[in-house]
Amino acid sequence: MSVAIPQEKPKAQPVSGQATPQATPAKALRLTIDGRVVEAYEGDTVLDAARRAGIDIPTLCYHPAVGRIGSCRVCVVEIEGARTLPASCVTPASDGMVVRTNTHAVREARRTVVELLLASHPQDCLECERNGRCELQDLAMRLGIRKARFQREKNYRKPDVSSPALVREPDRCVLCGRCVKVCNDMQGVGALGFAYRGTSAAVTPSFERGIAEARCVSCGQCAKVCPVGAIYEREEWERVFDAIADPDLLVVVQVAPAVRAAVGEEFGLSPGTPVTGKLATALRRLGFDAVFDTQFAADLTVMEEGHELLERVKSRGRLPLITSCSPGWVRYCEAFFPDFLGNLSTCKSPQQMMGALVKTYYARKASVAPDKIFSVSVMPCTAKKSEAARPEMTASGLRDVDVALTTRELARMIKAAGINLDDLPDGEFDAPLGISTGAGALFGVSGGVMEAALRTVCDVAAKKAPGGVEFTEVRGMHGIREAVLMVSGQELRVAVAHGLGNAGRLLQQIRDEKVSYHFIEVMACPGGCVEGGGQPRSCDPEIAFKRAAALYAEDRRAKVRKSHENLAVRRLYDEFLGEPGSEAAHKLLHTTYRSVEEAAGVARKEAM
Amino acid sequence: MSPFCRAHILVCSGAGCVSSGCRAVYEALMKGLEAEGVLGEARVVQTGCIGSCDLGPVVVIYPEGTFYERVRPEDVSDIVREHVVKGRPVERLLHRCPEGGVSATLSAMEFFKKQVKIVLRNCGVIDPENINEYVARDGYEALARVLTDMEPREVIDIVKRSGLRGRGGAGFPTGLKWEFASRVRADRKYVVCNADEGDPGAFMDRSVLEGDPHSVIEAMTIAGYAIGASQGYVYVRAEYPLAVSRLSHAIHEAREFGVLGANLFGSGFGFDVEIRVGAGAFVCGEETALMASIEGKRGMPRPKPPFPANEGLWAKPTVINNVETLANIPPIILRGPEWFASIGTGNSKGTKVFALAGKINNTGLVEVPMGTTLREIVYEIGGGIPKGRAFKAAQTGGPSGGCIPASLLDTPMDYDTLTKLGSMMGSGGLIIMDEDTCMVDIARFFLQFTQDESCGKCVPCREGTKVMLDILTRITEGKGRPGDIETLEALGNTVKNTALCGLGQTAPNPVLSTLRYFRDEYEAHIYEKRCPAGVCAALVRYRIEAEKCRGCGLCAKACPAGAIAPVAVEEEAAEAAGAGSGRGPRRRIYEVNVNRCQGCGACAQACRFQAVSRR
Repeated sequence: MSVAIPQEKPKAQPVSGQATPQATPAKALRLTIDGRVVEAYEGDTVLDAARRAGIDIPTLCYHPAVGRIGSCRVCVVEIEGARTLPASCVTPASDGMVVRTNTHAVREARRTVVELLLASHPQDCLECERNGRCELQDLAMRLGIRKARFQREKNYRKPDVSSPALVREPDRCVLCGRCVKVCNDMQGVGALGFAYRGTSAAVTPSFERGIAEARCVSCGQCAKVCPVGAIYEREEWERVFDAIADPDLLVVVQVAPAVRAAVGEEFGLSPGTPVTGKLATALRRLGFDAVFDTQFAADLTVMEEGHELLERVKSRGRLPLITSCSPGWVRYCEAFFPDFLGNLSTCKSPQQMMGALVKTYYARKASVAPDKIFSVSVMPCTAKKSEAARPEMTASGLRDVDVALTTRELARMIKAAGINLDDLPDGEFDAPLGISTGAGALFGVSGGVMEAALRTVCDVAAKKAPGGVEFTEVRGMHGIREAVLMVSGQELRVAVAHGLGNAGRLLQQIRDEKVSYHFIEVMACPGGCVEGGGQPRSCDPEIAFKRAAALYAEDRRAKVRKSHENLAVRRLYDEFLGEPGSEAAHKLLHTTYRSVEEAAGVARKEAM
Repeated sequence: MSPFCRAHILVCSGAGCVSSGCRAVYEALMKGLEAEGVLGEARVVQTGCIGSCDLGPVVVIYPEGTFYERVRPEDVSDIVREHVVKGRPVERLLHRCPEGGVSATLSAMEFFKKQVKIVLRNCGVIDPENINEYVARDGYEALARVLTDMEPREVIDIVKRSGLRGRGGAGFPTGLKWEFASRVRADRKYVVCNADEGDPGAFMDRSVLEGDPHSVIEAMTIAGYAIGASQGYVYVRAEYPLAVSRLSHAIHEAREFGVLGANLFGSGFGFDVEIRVGAGAFVCGEETALMASIEGKRGMPRPKPPFPANEGLWAKPTVINNVETLANIPPIILRGPEWFASIGTGNSKGTKVFALAGKINNTGLVEVPMGTTLREIVYEIGGGIPKGRAFKAAQTGGPSGGCIPASLLDTPMDYDTLTKLGSMMGSGGLIIMDEDTCMVDIARFFLQFTQDESCGKCVPCREGTKVMLDILTRITEGKGRPGDIETLEALGNTVKNTALCGLGQTAPNPVLSTLRYFRDEYEAHIYEKRCPAGVCAALVRYRIEAEKCRGCGLCAKACPAGAIAPVAVEEEAAEAAGAGSGRGPRRRIYEVNVNRCQGCGACAQACRFQAVSRR
């Protein structure tokens, strides 16, 4: 066998910000909560201990994926010996602590705090993106608040519509700080921050610029954790209904792998329930003329990127090669690490590969004029909206992807159409662009692109006997993981980073020449696409694992699990592209990058 | 210059006296001395704040200790010719006591008599820009002793035994704080001096930095040795340019003298201090916000624990002490913890510096032993209330503190008593209010301050104080409603119990304490639409007191609304008045038509007989 895993596996580095459930529990503590003795671990908060014991303390600013903030004061509890009512989400549990979560004083305090929040909050819930699924609404309902006891004057701030991906409505902001923490601490972007004091305090990009001018990478992690309707994706689903209603247009849709692992949650299915077949049926019933699978393009990406990697290794080209499927990551690299742009794979993301093929290959096959095709993508991602709008994404001569929807927007469409997802029979994606392998499904989870690429690269490099299928060493949820593989006698050092903060740390280590790799996978969102900015919002701390498990199951179920064995992809090369890395492939499937400074310079020149 | 002089002339150069023109006085003095040919016989020192800021510019001449107040440059020639040359005090420039008469010397002044100066021992005495003067007053001796004779734990033990508590507000025992930080193992530790003095009216920290900067540097170095830190930061507000410049000068001098830097006193221990200038956010006085600001982040508090002693600046163990706290350290080392503990009360040892302000005769900085009663401070040191008015309340602890009413004048000023009364020691602001102060308006004023300065992070502080402020504003505008008092109380307690940091937890204090002691004023505003102190413009009722009115008509002439008209004197009143004064029944008086009155107050200003009342 040509691929051998070395005896001494390099240890993945634990990186902060990610839960590590496999970590050995530290010393156990015992505390009394509401008269019950509860066990907790060193490092637990009172909230952790209470929730584990089934005592549900209400929270607002606390979010398991964001971590401890302690700003909203909704989760206050009584602790014996404390002067005030501490917030349980930031108070460490300690041995012998006596906590009461349900006294009159606690209930009154929580209620008052939420009433105070409502005093300045707009009450036009009907006009809000989050109406019906709003954490503040839920909280008010749960605490029995039926009317706004307090009123105060509100200062009006204009909505920020500068970004093609995200809309901010500062008036709806409750200043919980989740987005600021995510944007700064986890993503290392720093597009959002606090400004001003007192009641003028606001979350805003610096100098109150539009978020698009603040080096926002559109990852949408802020929108995913916002408890209210203050940040959300730019909604475009109504345009899609319009296109479907237009008899002149052939409306084509593609669905990313991570969507099928999560969209069920919007319909009450438990997280991690894959709904691939039902999803295909739902899309057809919505009226899409062709239902394609982005996983096909993922397989194609593996072919192109794998070829690029082998080429670069062979020709001693620029290494490490870094994946480019995640548009948030690409944008981050352009903004913060322009010296690594030469390392980025020139491959477009699967969405854009599919987009380019739909209006060329498929248009020819279906004998439809490309300008009569309306190409829609459903993505777990908000950055895909920005990516689809990039000027270079017009390989077909037209905009390759007309509208990129988020998973949440698709759920809205399905609901609006009166379709009950759970009741649907399983359907199939349309050939040829709907045929995919298990490797394609892995694109939705951190480490998946790497694993899919390794499956193909190892086979192609070995040329004869097939290599391994499951590369578990690149799986997991550590922020930065690394592995050394032997590929036909050659050492291949690879790394996986997810979450832009981790990506930045990894690149800095490479800059400092502390580490070196051949191939790196980077996903902008912590956990990969399953936790993308366009995915259903969830406060389940295990959500990334559950959704990832759905995709791994999808892969295991697949008959074909290696991208280069995808017959539809082979046919595409035979009929249309030639071979991986060919001129035709380059024209349609590859792209270029430039740093934000350079882009700004060009824009200035064009304006002059 | 000969080391022996016939006169030591101290020119107060605290920021207060700088504002009132001490620089010109100093220059005139130097010129005058030169003109009289006695420049070599007098030594002129520009000192830090002497404390009596309302009397500036102040010049004190030793050996007599003659205290000259409100000295103008043109007065200087008299001082030189009379006092320096002829040895005769200049009577007209001596301190005039509020009760009449003059005090010949500083020590004879009521303002200084009861003061015990530990923190301010060098302020107003030495030249803050000359390290030699600090050294001459035993400066850096404590550091030398600590570094050559003591183990870190001995130092901590001394500070613990002294009973010193933090002077910044919360009153946490300083020695314990040091001990916590010393116990944590870390590759780096820090000592931070909190000089972000933000309470309106409080300026003791500024005075220490301006008048005795070395005491802070020395104390920080001692703290560094005690906890194992080699770097200190002084976080000082940008609004204190003089303090910043004197402190940077002092740091520079200390480095040159070898009392700051590597291997101090040959002990192998090294310590250095840097200044970080804050941008003027009140909340940056809160220690976690302050550390965030030093790290270059937005000054926003974070939840504790972890406490700074465990995870402070850049997540390293950090001791944060207030300026005044630190200034106590060298004397405690030199004179022993027992000496320090002998001053003050049970749980409050040593002295406290108060910034005396408001409706009081002597304003300025006063340092008194803990436990001194409010009455002593107001009536003895402060010289009582001007114009013979009655004392109404004292606000302690600045905007985070509370109001103490006249019935509690004999309250000993210490941490625990003040907290028990619903106020707090805070940083030592002490604002005296007389009967012309409206307590609802005062509560509104302080809440406005904390509301503006809230960082906006936690809901109770950001929103709760705003809703409370809106209610208070409504009450002072005469739109109070039944239930407002109860809402204020409930909200105040919620904010107190649920806010994230000290700023929010103490913000309701002015409201809660005035509700506790002056509830009747709130009730008068809400139910009778009346402001008993006559402050709230919307509630002021002008009335002409018939018995005082002489009928001159000036008020009617002054009234822009034509609301004042003469009326016939009623029979009984005329008889009564006529019987006494012999004046005939034709006397007329004036009356205010309340429906027309605009409340501008022109009548009250015009009246020469104080017949117009505004209650």
